[in-house]
Amino acid sequence: MKIHLFIPCLVDQFYPGVAVSMCRVLKKLGVDYVYLTDQTCCGQPAFNSGYHREASELAERFLEIFKSAETIVAPSGSCVSMVKVFYPQLELSPPARQTLDRLGPRLFEFSDFLVRKLNVVDVGAQFKGKITYHDSCHLLRELGIQEQPRQLIRNVRGIEFVELDDMQTCCGFGGTFAVKFPDISTAMGSDKAAAIERTGADVVVANDSSCLMQIAGVLSRRRSRVVPMHLAELLAQGI
Amino acid sequence: MITEPIHFKETARKNLAAADLRENLRRATDHTLRLRQQAVSAVPEWEDLRAAAHGIKKESIDHLAGYLESFELRAIEAGCKIFWAETASQAVEYVVSVCRQRGASLVVKAKSMTTEEMELNPALEAAGIHPVETDLGEFIIQLAGETPSHITAPALHKSRTQIGRLFAEKLGIDFSEDPKELTRAARAVLREKFLKATVGISGVNFAVAETGSLVLVTNEGNGRLCTTLPKTHIAIMGIEKIIPRFDDLRVFLKLLARSSTGQKLTSYVTMITGPRKPREMDGPEELHVVLLDNGRSELLTHPHTREALYCIRCGACLNVCPVYQRVGGHAYGWVYPGPIGAVITPELQGLQRARELPYASSLCGSCSNVCPVKIDLHHMLLWLRKSAVEARLTSGAERWIMKMFVATMKHPRLYRWSGLLGRLAQMIFASKGKGLRIPHWSEGRDFPPLPNKSFHQLWNEGEVR
Repeated sequence: MKIHLFIPCLVDQFYPGVAVSMCRVLKKLGVDYVYLTDQTCCGQPAFNSGYHREASELAERFLEIFKSAETIVAPSGSCVSMVKVFYPQLELSPPARQTLDRLGPRLFEFSDFLVRKLNVVDVGAQFKGKITYHDSCHLLRELGIQEQPRQLIRNVRGIEFVELDDMQTCCGFGGTFAVKFPDISTAMGSDKAAAIERTGADVVVANDSSCLMQIAGVLSRRRSRVVPMHLAELLAQGI
Repeated sequence: MITEPIHFKETARKNLAAADLRENLRRATDHTLRLRQQAVSAVPEWEDLRAAAHGIKKESIDHLAGYLESFELRAIEAGCKIFWAETASQAVEYVVSVCRQRGASLVVKAKSMTTEEMELNPALEAAGIHPVETDLGEFIIQLAGETPSHITAPALHKSRTQIGRLFAEKLGIDFSEDPKELTRAARAVLREKFLKATVGISGVNFAVAETGSLVLVTNEGNGRLCTTLPKTHIAIMGIEKIIPRFDDLRVFLKLLARSSTGQKLTSYVTMITGPRKPREMDGPEELHVVLLDNGRSELLTHPHTREALYCIRCGACLNVCPVYQRVGGHAYGWVYPGPIGAVITPELQGLQRARELPYASSLCGSCSNVCPVKIDLHHMLLWLRKSAVEARLTSGAERWIMKMFVATMKHPRLYRWSGLLGRLAQMIFASKGKGLRIPHWSEGRDFPPLPNKSFHQLWNEGEVR
């Protein structure tokens, strides 16, 4: 099987390790992958701020780049929901709309791809430590992905899994919300960090680098010892 | 009607800094959400009920004119007087004139957000008529000279200690923070008012088109007293309160109580069809029903947000909203706070004045998820943001940033250069191993450091193929 990697701009620039880990897991599972180097951003920041025309331009571009892909996998629930859920709300040219209709069902978030498409719940990873998991809003409520990441985490050898209080409560990132309302966003982040610390976990896992950026930012300010980690990074441990 | 722009951000900041307010909000919303969760998980068909409610509301709103006419016809047959108010001020004028004609100097009121929307109390006061709020939460708010901060729990932002102090000061009783004591004190004041008032004013939870009946759900019995003791009852409802059939109540009563307070059923469900009939023992001599539009017909024409008219005012979206939980209802600047307020305030009062509200959300989707009638609230906020941009209500700086952002992202080379530029800036300005300090971001959080190489570079160097 050959898939196309969709690496969101935030991952590309700030968290390349997430994409590298995802590649490592895919390789281990015998999945061939290509990376189209012209990809940049799916347009979500513009869309979420109400700039549909600007977002459409990036959507057209995204669809043009990926138009011949058979299967696309991304390590982000947020960017996947941008394409699957929000692209249809944009005014797109007829060819772009056609591409979208074709690609929508072929685009997968990483954990969903492993569990539902490949039927893999154990990638053979090993990690020693106590792990908790934060449900990212877009992943959970736009895409309905809740069990897949948990199944994958539970099958990592050597870990102890503990659920987080209010695991489905937003971390406070919210894209431009984080800079438009920094104090509300930080207050939400601090409560999330406190809940994470209460579990006594060594690592907090999430599937979106944007949430992890917020959680890591608050944890680091609190000088917390809890390590934020993307699911792909956890699954690449020991393989 | 609000005339000034709503300063959500400013009020939110103040409220965030008030530790006691945050604690009160947190405690109240957590408690209610826990009760709701228990009540909802005991109903296996919850999702079916939500879908059914959505369907019934869709039917009502899609054929609103027809159902309103049928309601009017049945209500008149039952002996009601109907008044159609296009604006809040028309409704206020009508209510004041009815009160005047009945020579009322005192009216008792059951809880009604629609009368808050009309600003009825100040108008009654100005006409020399004293309105007394009889719902305990509203009674507290009226004593404090404030406005409700929540749709179903108007005094949710106050602690029992604060209420105890308020009662001691305003009612002249000994300080107590025992809810029973405080309720008893309020009751003593209110009983007398119920007996004296010549007019009772209430809201309406559901109006049944098929029978012309009004349905009120309350917990304190005050609704029943307001609508039966005084000789005149004036019921005030937004036109979206219509449901087609009496049978539909089966769905809505199940959803409403569980969503708002976590009860299986509210303590009182009052169903009123017309005033007292000749052989009946109790009830008012006359019943006026005010049907208020106040921008709702206009909202009906907005394809992406009209479903906001499905709202049954349970308040669950407020309780679950992480933003509401931290800033409280008053930050939203008008009668309806929280996610539903962030949608309908711009729609009913103008996006121009309420331009900050659609942005007052992290778009987490908890509101849509909890809504008993499945209103897609957080996606509506996105549509309102689009309208704000199209109406050029966002700042010039933001428009410029978006333009630059898209221009950069359209050209892979520019995009990669800006990544390099970021790394250069980090080398110059950030301390080793740390990220840059970003305005608005770095006040309470650290910004992640950019690693030496982007994924794109790693890929080109062949490390990950």
